[in-house]
This record gives sequence, C-alpha cells and structure tokens, in this order.
Amino acid sequence: MIRLERRPEPSRAWTIATPFVAVALTMLAGGLMFAVLGKDPVEAIRTIFWDPLFGDFASYSRPQLLVKAGPLILIAIGLSLGFRAGIWNIGAEGQYILGAIFAAATGLAFYPAESWLVFPAMILAGALGGILWAMIPALLKVRFGTNEVLVSLMLVYVAEALLASMALGLLRNPEGMGFPGSRNLAQYPSAANLDLIPGTGLHWGVALALIAVIVGQVVMTRHQLGFRVRLAGQSPRAAVFGGVNPGWLIVVCMGISGGLAGLAGMFEVAGPAGRLGIDFNVGYGFTAIIVAFLGRLNPIGILLAGLLMALTYIGGELAQLQMNLPLAAIQMFQGMLLFFLLAVDVLTAFRFRMGRRVVA
Amino acid sequence: MTFKTVLLGATAAMGLATGAMAQDDKTKVGFIYVGPIGDLGWSYQHDQGRLAVEEEFGDKVETVYVESVPEGPDAERVLTQMALQGADMIFTTSFGFMEATMNAAQKFPDVKFEHATGYQRADNVSTYSARFYEGRAVQGLIAGEMTESNIIGYIGSYPIPEVIRGINAAYLQAKKVNPEVEFRVVWAYTWFDPAKEAEAAKALIDAGADVILQHTDSTAPQAAAQEAGDVITFGQASDMLDYAPEPRVSSIIDNWNQYYIDRVGAVMDGSWESQDTWGGIDSGMVEIGEITEAVPAEVKQAALELKDKIAAGEVHPFTGPINKQDGSAWLAEGETADDETLAGMNFYVEGLKGEIPQ
Repeated sequence: MIRLERRPEPSRAWTIATPFVAVALTMLAGGLMFAVLGKDPVEAIRTIFWDPLFGDFASYSRPQLLVKAGPLILIAIGLSLGFRAGIWNIGAEGQYILGAIFAAATGLAFYPAESWLVFPAMILAGALGGILWAMIPALLKVRFGTNEVLVSLMLVYVAEALLASMALGLLRNPEGMGFPGSRNLAQYPSAANLDLIPGTGLHWGVALALIAVIVGQVVMTRHQLGFRVRLAGQSPRAAVFGGVNPGWLIVVCMGISGGLAGLAGMFEVAGPAGRLGIDFNVGYGFTAIIVAFLGRLNPIGILLAGLLMALTYIGGELAQLQMNLPLAAIQMFQGMLLFFLLAVDVLTAFRFRMGRRVVA
Repeated sequence: MTFKTVLLGATAAMGLATGAMAQDDKTKVGFIYVGPIGDLGWSYQHDQGRLAVEEEFGDKVETVYVESVPEGPDAERVLTQMALQGADMIFTTSFGFMEATMNAAQKFPDVKFEHATGYQRADNVSTYSARFYEGRAVQGLIAGEMTESNIIGYIGSYPIPEVIRGINAAYLQAKKVNPEVEFRVVWAYTWFDPAKEAEAAKALIDAGADVILQHTDSTAPQAAAQEAGDVITFGQASDMLDYAPEPRVSSIIDNWNQYYIDRVGAVMDGSWESQDTWGGIDSGMVEIGEITEAVPAEVKQAALELKDKIAAGEVHPFTGPINKQDGSAWLAEGETADDETLAGMNFYVEGLKGEIPQ
C-alpha cells in the first residue's frame, strides 16, 4: 500500500519544484479539457503561455503583463507578511478600494490646479486609506479578539457600497451627463500615473511593486520584523516568550498589507483605470491571495506568480479571441493551476512510502 | 503619441502577416460583452446580433468576441488586442466601455467602433441605443392592471438615466390605469448577478409586491417569483420564455440583429459614418414579447394598442402634464419630452417614492 509520511522537515527541493510541476500538470489537464472541447490543445496552450510574451503582438501585451501584474504583486507582498505570521487579512480588496477612494478624492480636491504636490499627496492619501481600513479588523482583533478573516472580508462589501456611493455622489463627474463615475484622473496631468518610460507599462505602481519585492525579501531574511513574523507563524507561544508582542505584530502586519493594497488602488485609479466608477474593483485583492500562496509567501516567488497570473489572464483573452474558447474554459484552466499547486504541495511536507506503517 | 510608435513598430514587424490576412477579404467584426453570452439577457441578445451578422454575410465576415470583460483597463486591453488582430469594426456593448472605446478608437483611427448606450462619439465611433422606455410603458400598463396588492416591485441595476427613464415610463403608465399603484425600487448595483437579483426579488415580494419588473439581466427574479407563486414578472432584454405563461407574462426584447447587419454592411460597402442611433418599437429594436394567457384579453388588447400607437408615433410615453417628484413642473399639457432631457434623465416623476441614490 502507498501511504503518506510526514517529512521531518519540509523538502527544500520540492518547495522549489512544486510550482513547476503544478504548471506542467495544469498544461496536461487543461490541454485535455481543450481537446474535449474540440480545440487544438497545443495551440490553446501556446496561445495562453507563449503568444502574450513572444507572439505577433507581444510588443503590446508584454507591457500589459506588467500593468496587470503590478497591483497583484504589490498586494500579495503585503499579504504574505501577515500570512507568514498567521494573520489572515482576506479583505485586501476593500483596502484597495479605500486607497483608490482616498487618492481620487485628494486628487479631485485640487482639480484643476496643476502642481507637482498633487501626486505625492495622492500617494499618501491612498496608503492612508488602505491602512485605516485595515486597522478596523486589526484593532478589533487586538482589543476584542474578533476574527480578522471575517471582519476584513465583510468590510470588502462595506467598501464596495462606499465606492458606489462615491461614484454616484460626492466624486461624480459634474460633466458626466448624469452617469456615475468620477472625472478621469489619467487626463488630469498633475494626478495622472503614466508610464515612466512610455510604452513599457512601467508606471509608478509597477515600479513600487518591484521595490516592494526587494524590500520584502530584505525584511523577511535580514530584518528583525521578518524574524518575529516567522517566529510567530511557526510557534506563537515561542514568539511571546521571545518578546514579540502579538498585538503589535497584528497591527504592523495588517497596517503594511492594508497600506500596500491602498497604494495599489491609488496607482490603478490614477493610471490604467483613470476613473473611480462603481465597478472599479475587479478582484485584485482576492486574486492576490492566490498569488501570495502560488509564490510560496516568498517575495521572489510572488513576483513570478504575479506575472504568471497576469499571463493566464492576457493569454486567456487571446485564446478567447483567436480560438473562440469560452471564458468558462479559461477560468477552469486558472482554477486548475491553483488546484494542482495545492495538491502537489503535499509533496513538500510529506513523502510517499510503500508498505505498511510501522508503529514506533 | 509614443504609444503609437510602439504600435507602428508592432505593425511594421507584422507587415507580412497582416498583409496575408487582409488578402482573404473578410470583414472582421469584434464584439465585447460585459456579461457571459449565456446570461439569457443583455449579452445574450447582443450575441444573437453577432450570429445574425454571420448568417447574413456568411463567408464574407469573420466574427470574434470576448465575454465577461470588466469595465475599465481590461476592456481597453481587449479592444486593443482585437484591433491589433485585424478587426475592421468592433461593437462595445456596455455603457461602461465608453472610456475604453474612446481610447482604443484614438489609437486605431481606421477601425470603426460602435458603442452601445454611450454619449461620446468620434469620427470612428458611433453610438446606438434603444428606446427601452417605450417597452417599459407597455409593461407599466400591464403591471398596473394586473396588480392586486397595488405594490409593484422594480429591480434597478444602476441609477443611470437609462434605468431611471424606464422606472418613470413604467410608473406613469401604471398610474394612468391604476391610480392606487405604488412602486418599490431596489438597486442591485449589478447588471448580472443571479444571487443578488434573486435576493432583491424576494425582498420586494416580502414587501407585498405581486408584480416584479427588472432592469437586470438574469432570470433569477423570474425563478424567485415562480417559487413565491402569484407574482408576475416580465422578461428583460431577452424573451425569457422558459418562465411563460407565468410568472413571465410578457417581455422587452432588445433586437440588435438588423442594426448590426446594417452597420456591418455599411463598413463593407464603405458607407459607414459616425452617427447616433436611438431606435424604438417602430424600428424593431425594441420588441414586446408575447403576452401570455395569464393576462386578461382586454388588458392584452389595451397593451397591444398602446404598443401600436407608440410605434406609429401617436403616443409618446412622456406626454405632459408631468411634474417632477419634488412637485415642480416638467412638461406642460400635451408637451412631450425632448431626447436631450430623456438622455440625461436623473429625476423621478411625481408620485414615485424614495430617492435616486446620489
């Protein structure tokens, strides 16, 4: 009989190998699904993974990968810090929305005055919005022991209602013919978050995401905060004895993840999205949770996972366009990726053994 | 613009391939949908239009589509990809695609864009919409006659002029045939979300509504009404005949087929020009789905008469005297609303309760 046996220590080799095995398995199973749908599986997989990078119009889609991956990476880096410490901020989507609202409101307050101060003020406001929204579950947990998973998740829906109210009321474009949505910040030079090098997709948000990856890596490996986070994640009791104040850790981790999510919202509303509309949020805060785990809660891993996720989105659109694949099939394909990753994950902590269990 | 240079580079590099593509002479038409084509409502009807185009022109066209595209930067990316892949014409079928459409149109001046329900146009961007409010008036008549509780529930999507216009048109007609009638409006803040729509329908039914009108695209409210029993509904965007003869007693059908065929034809023969189309019952863009036997014969008769009169231009659903909700005068006796006011309608008419979310 085959049975699973817990490894004394998680396998290093498998930790690195599992994402690749998962991608390979996804290609196999996904290819099979595409074949059943009557599409050429090789062409479908090539369209999803290859064309956005090296296809005919890659000079357009490559920058778009950065635009799509930027917010995912930025949010996921923040989340991974808390996740490692066992602090589960599931409401990044809400913090993302609040960051965008604060930033847009700040920018629009100055409209139409032009000043170099507007953009930095919006950045501060965006971070503040995200932090404040994250402080609600954080402080409730510290003070009353509430469950941060539930509170942060529920606050997403409050944030969405707030967003709708802003788009329809306070921040509505007075020249918008009665339609909801704010002015277009991307067309307001002082507030616009444009490409740093035109045509590359590299806007301030993407640049900050890359910086966050580096800082995240340094913090996790060399800074005291990283040590405390890892300690709290591995053994909360040991952490307390080691002088880590759990309340302090919750506030810091939630604050950092909320702040980064807020910044992601700020850069999105000032750049690619432009306007604050009712449907401004498209799920980056939730997808970032997947990205964080796909990247093994490791900053470099998150960078790669964010790019991979963006690739499946953009490649998926191309597959719809070029091969008439239904969206549901693309979503199945993305789901498989996470499914196989979690399934293969078993191999890092366990190993297969033949034969019967020996009772020690 | 610098973006253009990048695109130019891309197209130059692609010169050979695109040249080869152009040789097959097919007109390539793209569609982007805000919902899944299986929503059996809004996006479904637009996709029916796409299929009608394929049927009409056969080998001379090639159509492509992408469904469930989020409104915002994702839409602009999809539009750009479509244009890069050689689309000659693209239909963007939701109001929220307006910014993306305008931006993409600027990047690709040779591609013709058709944006549904928007108000921004350019040399290569047309807009089109339908006078759904004409159908709403017919629904309002049936609803006003059929209700016994005198409470009519209305599931609104977003508080935008198109939806507010529908509420006003339905209410005015319902009140005309039944002065006791009262409207309860629930805003779902979605075009398509079966769970939310079902919840809204249930809340309205619990509040005593025995007629449900919806301006959202799924059949979930129909299912909720069926479950509750003794509640009637109307199909929205598509016929929703699966729920006939009850609860669905009639429907408003958006029929884009002819418009799409005409516009694609115009691109083919080179006569396409930027324009603004607002078609009603007379043009066939708005259809009234079959009125079932659940509706008494004389009510059905009156409804069909109203429909014919609207089509013939004898009746305008917004004919004075009509006051605004706050009591101020809007239309004088015999005066009809002008299109500009209708296009930007952001107020309730007198008698409607509640506030439009601001």
